[in-house]
Amino acid sequence: MGTYFGNIWRGIVTILIGMGVTWRHLFTPAVTIQYPDVKVKLPERARNRLYVNMDDCIGCDQCSMACPVDCITIETVKSTPDVDLGLTSVGTKKRLYVTQFDIDIAKCCYCGLCVPPCPTECIVMTDVYEFSEFDRNNLIYNFATMMPHDVEAARTRLAAYEKDQAAKKAAAAKPAAAPSAPAVSEPPKKTPPASDNKV
Amino acid sequence: MEERMTSERTVAGFGRSLKTEEMVLSMGPQHPSTHGVLRLELVVDGEIVVDVIPHLGYLHRCFEKHCEHMTSYQQVIPYADRMDYVAAMSNEFGYVVAMEKLLKIKVPERVEYIRVIMAEFSRIVSHLIAVGTYGMDIGAVTPFLFCMRDRERVLDIFEQTCGARLLYNYMWIGGLSHDVQPNFAEKVRSFCTYFRPKLKELNDLLSYNKIFIDRTANVGVLPADVALNYAVSGPTLRGSGVRWDVRKNDPYSIYPTLDFEIPVGTGAMGTVGDCWDRYMVRVKEMEQSVNILEQAIEKLPPGDVQAALPKRIRPDAGDLYVRTETPKGELGYYLVSDGTASPFRVKVKSPCFVNLSALPAMARGSMIADVVAILGSIDIVLGEVDR
Amino acid sequence: MKEVLLGALHNDILAYVLMALVPLAWVVPFALFAVWWERKISAHMQDRLGPMRTGGWHGWAQTVADILKLIQKEDIIPAAADRKLFILAPYLVFAGSYAAYAAIPFSAAFVGSELNIGLFYIVSISALVVVGLLMAGWASNNKWSLFGAMRSAAQIISYEIPVALCLLAAVMVTGTFDMQQINQMQEGGIFHWLVFQKFPFLFLAMIMYFIGSLAEVNRTPFDIPEAESELVAGYHTEYGGMRFALLFLSEYANMFVVAAIASTLFLGGWTSPFGDFLSGPWWGVFWFLSKGMLIVFVQMWLRWTLPRLRVDQLMEVGWKVLIPFSFVVVLGVGFWVMAVR
Repeated sequence: MGTYFGNIWRGIVTILIGMGVTWRHLFTPAVTIQYPDVKVKLPERARNRLYVNMDDCIGCDQCSMACPVDCITIETVKSTPDVDLGLTSVGTKKRLYVTQFDIDIAKCCYCGLCVPPCPTECIVMTDVYEFSEFDRNNLIYNFATMMPHDVEAARTRLAAYEKDQAAKKAAAAKPAAAPSAPAVSEPPKKTPPASDNKV
Repeated sequence: MEERMTSERTVAGFGRSLKTEEMVLSMGPQHPSTHGVLRLELVVDGEIVVDVIPHLGYLHRCFEKHCEHMTSYQQVIPYADRMDYVAAMSNEFGYVVAMEKLLKIKVPERVEYIRVIMAEFSRIVSHLIAVGTYGMDIGAVTPFLFCMRDRERVLDIFEQTCGARLLYNYMWIGGLSHDVQPNFAEKVRSFCTYFRPKLKELNDLLSYNKIFIDRTANVGVLPADVALNYAVSGPTLRGSGVRWDVRKNDPYSIYPTLDFEIPVGTGAMGTVGDCWDRYMVRVKEMEQSVNILEQAIEKLPPGDVQAALPKRIRPDAGDLYVRTETPKGELGYYLVSDGTASPFRVKVKSPCFVNLSALPAMARGSMIADVVAILGSIDIVLGEVDR
Repeated sequence: MKEVLLGALHNDILAYVLMALVPLAWVVPFALFAVWWERKISAHMQDRLGPMRTGGWHGWAQTVADILKLIQKEDIIPAAADRKLFILAPYLVFAGSYAAYAAIPFSAAFVGSELNIGLFYIVSISALVVVGLLMAGWASNNKWSLFGAMRSAAQIISYEIPVALCLLAAVMVTGTFDMQQINQMQEGGIFHWLVFQKFPFLFLAMIMYFIGSLAEVNRTPFDIPEAESELVAGYHTEYGGMRFALLFLSEYANMFVVAAIASTLFLGGWTSPFGDFLSGPWWGVFWFLSKGMLIVFVQMWLRWTLPRLRVDQLMEVGWKVLIPFSFVVVLGVGFWVMAVR
């Protein structure tokens, strides 16, 4: 009998206590902010959309290898000694044309593993989080700045240079053999441009 | 699978038997309260549940197979986050503790303290979701919103430290990805002072509410011996009265130096091992986590969090098993290395998977509404169950 | 009001039909308002804001937008559902709740139908809702809906008893079933209201009536038939579009009916709490509606505070707690009335 009335009493008391909590909360300010009219300022370390500063990229492929979901695709073409690609902002000499640097931001898991290995700190995670697209293909970001004909030209130049180097190597191995080979005349070499090699 | 199971029953006063059928009811995979994509096949006789058969695998994402194709052990960490996505720091913690044992690295003390602070925040965050969604399953919607509001404070701290709110990639093998911000200690302390009254409010609104007690006490009783036979761990086991916590019984990191208690279910409102006990263990654990946070932030030593990061992660061939206490229970990593930089095998012993296996033992004989209560009290996250 | 219409229209049937539609002018806007109000109250209790954008000021047009959306939805009837019952069910539920408005006095000058058994009529016609719910759950051809409907039927029928007993306690004091007369007896200020008579019996009767009425309208903590987290949406899982809108409308109409009965019987209905000050036919409407809204507010407050009871616990509360206490109240009031006489 005691438990019967005890239960009823406890029921009433705990319900009233609960009602008191919700009543008090009617008058506390709401914690919601009215996005998109009001936006939260993200902290400086926020990891959202990736950005690559191509001027600094040396094409080392470290970010692509570090990525756990393989969302970065990089293709490079070696430059020839006659071309000067310049320096990065930290002073490294660039030796590779970066012909393709695609990041599939839909695959990206925003882990940030690509950021520390970069020697020039050119890949960063920004605080941009409003980048939805209507077409899925627009989520593949192409960061490389070379036009297709430049890529073609770089490849041709590399192929020519390598052929050159191979021929030179063959010729250096030959002088011990035939001293005169007038019929074989070397094709006219392209003279390099008259610019000095900047250090 | 619609087998009709008929049974003969004699109805008192009629003198003849009444043929009844058992109905097969499929709760899920799409259901508001199965905490993810879980299919529970209920065989019911009216409102009484005769059997429960969980069907898993709807969220299997081949975590362990992925790990075998990584080029580096470091890449496993973002994937490990995504197993128990509610308490991601705890998954990372287990993995890095295991890896550091494999590589025989000792990390600086500052790293240990920060890791414990993050792990306890992760415990608070996971229990807030557990408690909030449990209230929602039982019908009280308001505590869920309160828990979410408190959770946001912790997620803000996480975001300031490592840049992400839910999936962190913060604990690296040998250290951390970033050192904490200069105002970290102040933020942790202010959270602790903010949070204690909120726990009291939660107790007023939900824990001691008579209707909540009626729904959860004496429901889904899991006796201690049955719990041990099923190898359950975590609050599910402690709710049955067994005082077992990996942080005390098989300690790792700096837990031996911290002073905290292990709350255990006592059957205060019903039987030992009922849903209320499991729920209350979680609420009390949140309180203990706040104690740990306050102690750890006092003792936080200075140092460099990246001092012990190995240049190259290439463990010797061998295998080991390391377990840690996540909010869900005992998470175990069994790592097998073949001497290369790529993991050979990363096997995860998931606490939710094991706890879920005890569901039929708890739910047989209860009503359909109780199945929801029991499932909520086990606190599963399908990402970890299925991996 | 009936006389006015009869005189103006010279056509009996048209006048009666128009009279019947007058409460609709309150019910439909009230349902639209109550949904918005519930969302705002629940939001502020949960430290949120609720609807803020639709229509500008605190999203007042949110429900209007929702109704427009529901109207233009495709009408889907499950292939294996019982078509006739499926279509008929929402109308029955609405009819059951709306018919009770006939006997509720909105003001000294307006009552739909002057029945001298008004209260008896209200209690019995509300039972039509159970039939509608059962039809909805059965016709959906969905195991979960069936569960919801069966639970709902058991719950509503069980709670009719304490509800009727508490109303009976009030009737014993007033000596009449006529709602308008009951109201008139409470004129003269707040201390003439029935809730303060024969203290504490009628006060207890009001509390128990209120709890029983929560079960009648399937509100938390008795909303197991619609238990969102278990049964998806219970008996109205398969309903979409306008049919769902009608079921939703009838739920809020029902909420106001029970609130109106409580306010008429116990809180003085259209009488002013200050006696003669601020009273009159139009003031009566104002007082009546505000008291009804106050009780609806308490219903919403309870919904967002309490968890829900399991169906057997619900029955236990109804049969083992409310009914004995209502018997005590009836006996107490009965002896008191006899002793005074």
